[in-house]
Amino acid sequence: MATITYRDALNQALREEMERDPNVFLMGEEVGVYQGAYKVSRGLLEAFGEHRVVDTPIAELSFAGIGVGAAMVGMRPVIEFMTWNFALLAIDQVVNSAAKMLYMSGGQIPVPIVFRGPGGAALQLAAQHSQAFESWFAHIPGLRVVAPATPYDAKGLLKSAIRDDNPVVFLEGEMLYNLKGEVPEEEYTIPLGEADVKREGNDVTIVCHSKTVAVAHKAADRLSSQLGVEAEIVDLRTIRPLDVETIVASVRKTNRCVIVEEGWPFCGVGAQVVDEIQRAAFDDLDAPVLRVTQADVPMPYSKKLERLTKPNPDQVVDAVKQVSYLDGN
Amino acid sequence: MEALSPTMEEGKIAAWLKREGDTVEAGDTLAEVETDKAVMDLQARGHGVLRKIIVGEGATTEVGNLVAVIAGPDEDISHILSEAADATGAAAGAEPAALTATAPAPTAAGESAAGRIKASPLARRLAREKGLDLAVVAGSGPGGRVVKRDIEAALPAGVPAAPAAVELAPGGYEDIEPSQLRKTIAKRLVQSLGPVPHFFLTTEIDMERAAEARDALNALGDTKVSFNDIVVKVVAQALITHRECNAWWQDSHVRYFNDVHISMAVAIDDGLITPVIRNANRKSLREIAVESRALAERARNRKLLPEEYTGGTFSISNLGMLGIDEFTAVINPPEAGILAVGAMTPKPVVHEGSVTVRRRMRVTMSCDHRVIDGAMGARFLQTVKRMLENPLAIVW
Repeated sequence: MATITYRDALNQALREEMERDPNVFLMGEEVGVYQGAYKVSRGLLEAFGEHRVVDTPIAELSFAGIGVGAAMVGMRPVIEFMTWNFALLAIDQVVNSAAKMLYMSGGQIPVPIVFRGPGGAALQLAAQHSQAFESWFAHIPGLRVVAPATPYDAKGLLKSAIRDDNPVVFLEGEMLYNLKGEVPEEEYTIPLGEADVKREGNDVTIVCHSKTVAVAHKAADRLSSQLGVEAEIVDLRTIRPLDVETIVASVRKTNRCVIVEEGWPFCGVGAQVVDEIQRAAFDDLDAPVLRVTQADVPMPYSKKLERLTKPNPDQVVDAVKQVSYLDGN
Repeated sequence: MEALSPTMEEGKIAAWLKREGDTVEAGDTLAEVETDKAVMDLQARGHGVLRKIIVGEGATTEVGNLVAVIAGPDEDISHILSEAADATGAAAGAEPAALTATAPAPTAAGESAAGRIKASPLARRLAREKGLDLAVVAGSGPGGRVVKRDIEAALPAGVPAAPAAVELAPGGYEDIEPSQLRKTIAKRLVQSLGPVPHFFLTTEIDMERAAEARDALNALGDTKVSFNDIVVKVVAQALITHRECNAWWQDSHVRYFNDVHISMAVAIDDGLITPVIRNANRKSLREIAVESRALAERARNRKLLPEEYTGGTFSISNLGMLGIDEFTAVINPPEAGILAVGAMTPKPVVHEGSVTVRRRMRVTMSCDHRVIDGAMGARFLQTVKRMLENPLAIVW
């Protein structure tokens, strides 16, 4: 098995799907000649030509709209946003066109499109460029929302997203592009809507996705070595549809749960997870479910302040102690 | 609701002695409150007019909750009343300045109505499955919440789940809510037999000479001495010789006492209570007789003050008057021992080489093995036996 980066795993997925299906094409700012702002599309222009790897003007709403139109007539566009912060300009096409078309056409017009790009905070990109929008899109019926944490998941999920007949919002992590991981040589896909247990444990469930999977792993290592608490890490991978079954099975086993996410707390992904847990596993809970999230403020530019607002392993450890009644209340 | 005893968690208003509109002075008795141990007076902590009674007679509320409002005759109390109404249930932890009784600390977020047991959903399910009454489980979570580990601790290891309850025909039984006292007894005794490693030592004592001594003393006049008084006196004296049995298990240490405070189990309506004869080792038999009678009387009238039923170092429980020959008693933690005294019965025994009828009494000591080992307890019991069989030892 080869060890490759998250960005190269995405690149492989794009390449394989473009080879597999001539209807797949990539469009966005700097995806062609510049080979992508984060080099995800490296080599694709050369391989597939400018009809299938299309550089656009800096006009998110228009190229998103062109993508939706192309999908409506049978193409499978992959629309790259340089970051999801810029996609706010195109959200009308995502929410009002892509997500609604199948419904409003009485099932006649599917929109098999993938909107992808990095989401969440990187380093010192400040208030307007450090936002995790999972919950925004997961709120919309008609959209699928995917946020992989590892190269393996990124590749398998992007391939499934491209083949899916529904519009998919695919949130990558700018800080994840250099993350290395094992990816099989042979072809594989990962179905949308399946969470993955990244670490098994009996004492507490930590639900996370995307960058917070790494936060959860750090916390779990510390919990194990310092307190003998074995955490089970459930990586959602797909936010919508949510894999309630896997989450609930884990909570039934551990009786307690902490949810970690990069988004803000109010109406966040974790809020939805809590809702599912309290209905499906009420009698299995030994403590209220706690959440660790981005601080409820716009991202500060200051490096030190930025660090303070991001979910970190210390907070996860504290939350686990609390739900395990190990905090000496 | 004021905490009127060290272990009080909630109180029931037995009766209001003042009415709305009455003028009250600090120190006036406002109401009688049934606590976990006794009926106590709730006193006014300020003066003014009793403007509003929040918790009515017969109602129960947690310590810290608002029970009534004392204020100036025309003072605006609407905000206090609306806060009280906003809180869950009849009353909750508001703490305005003019209250009759304010709590040392309000309970967590006022989330529980009076009398409700806080338990995690899982703890509730486990208790249901195991046939365990949550009321008798001490909660270790925030605000006393009963959580999974408390249920696990309350269940003896390896005990299978209780068989599913048999459906009884309606009318074949009666469900009665336990009194505050009954709940406390339940809680405390589960804390004992579960976590405390008990073992038991039984011996039979010849009481012939003790009986003669008692008759002789009672012939002297006013104060009547009971066999139990003699047992209390002898045990107190023996514990001075065997200080290793006059102790409290304190987890981090064992506390050995220099004086003996005997907890004396007294049966009262719907329960029992253990008034304490303090410094019993320094008191004469006559003093013990007078004091034990007074304490038992106050216990039966539920007038004991908290300091009168706490702080014992060793317990004595006597069911002899009910015709019980012998029994084992549950230790009253943190004390390390309790002596269960059976009935004095005439029996044929070999005495000085021939079979004669003698009055005999069987006693069983329950020991906390963390404090007392078998031989230690046996030596103590041997001293008790020797002294009772030769009661002159009391004055030795």
